Amino acid sequence: MAPKKSTLPFVLIVLFALFLAIGINLGEVSSVLEKAIRVCLSCMGIG
Amino acid sequence: MPQLHGNRVMLILRRWIQILATVLSNAYWKFPFTKGIYQGNLKAVCVPGLNCYSCPAATGSCPLGALQNFMATLRPRFGAGHTHFGLYVIGMLGLIGSLVGRMPCAWLCPFGFLQELIHKIPSPEFEIPKPLTYIKYILLGLFIFILPLLVVDEFGYGITWFCKHICPAGTLEAGIPLMLLKPELRELIGILFHSKLLILALFLVWMVVSRRPFCRVACPLGAIYSLFNKVSVFRMTHDPDKCTLCGACYRDCPMGVKFYENANHYDCIRCLKCYQESCRFGAISYEVAGIPLLKALKRTAETDAPME
Repeated sequence: MAPKKSTLPFVLIVLFALFLAIGINLGEVSSVLEKAIRVCLSCMGIG
Repeated sequence: MPQLHGNRVMLILRRWIQILATVLSNAYWKFPFTKGIYQGNLKAVCVPGLNCYSCPAATGSCPLGALQNFMATLRPRFGAGHTHFGLYVIGMLGLIGSLVGRMPCAWLCPFGFLQELIHKIPSPEFEIPKPLTYIKYILLGLFIFILPLLVVDEFGYGITWFCKHICPAGTLEAGIPLMLLKPELRELIGILFHSKLLILALFLVWMVVSRRPFCRVACPLGAIYSLFNKVSVFRMTHDPDKCTLCGACYRDCPMGVKFYENANHYDCIRCLKCYQESCRFGAISYEVAGIPLLKALKRTAETDAPME
């Protein structure tokens, strides 16, 4: 039996890679860093 | 090919990868001296598993925390001309999900690893009712997206609802260690901290008697990855002609999945235990991009077999 192939996973890969690239391009990486280097009091349950 | 199913190579490999992922996600061992968290550039990268970025040893960011923060600050950022929708995090999670579905839960998540270790404590086994496994999708929609986006203060800022009210990983990895490291924080403890401690305690007890209860019931990150299980490049396959419905895969599954009912069930974390250890009839295999790897392995094994 020939293996069933689907193009959907590859379409999704391209789509999310595009999202990732746009996010990086918009400067979202620094937003993540900005939040992550501060102690998150909410995460601890006291914020 | 019974030797392919009988060996435990992949199970041992998975254990070592879990250890490595946990250590690499929490590799900042200077924290007892600095009394603070790691603040280097690696924190700009989200780890694929659930690992609180306020853990003193954490070297990366929690994707759930980052996602909530994008939602919570979307309005004021938009007002200031920054169109930050969290595409960086959504893209990363979607990319991983499209490739391997929920596999990071089994191989890379430190909190998943902890649950497996705690479940080794001998105890009676309690199955988790199926309706509870849908709660994670409600938590994902409500606590990760809707509430951080819609419930805002007068300046337009929301809060990270899941981190603040539920996340037991945050309490365990950040709350308790930072309370020990910074005595001044103890004065700020209120009912919220105690409620989060209670949630953590409940999950810890539940981990002893049930298999991966947090992953199955409450993890929004697992919920995101699970959406890709049916469409990912890596997929599990079931051969009904070889399956005897013996239920061995279900008994061994760390997520309580009945593989013979749905080979790419939303709770399957692709740990491959059923394939490697449970099924003695060759009914379980996996494929990459539609190419069955088990058959490829069998062909290799047959080719490599000594001539008689």
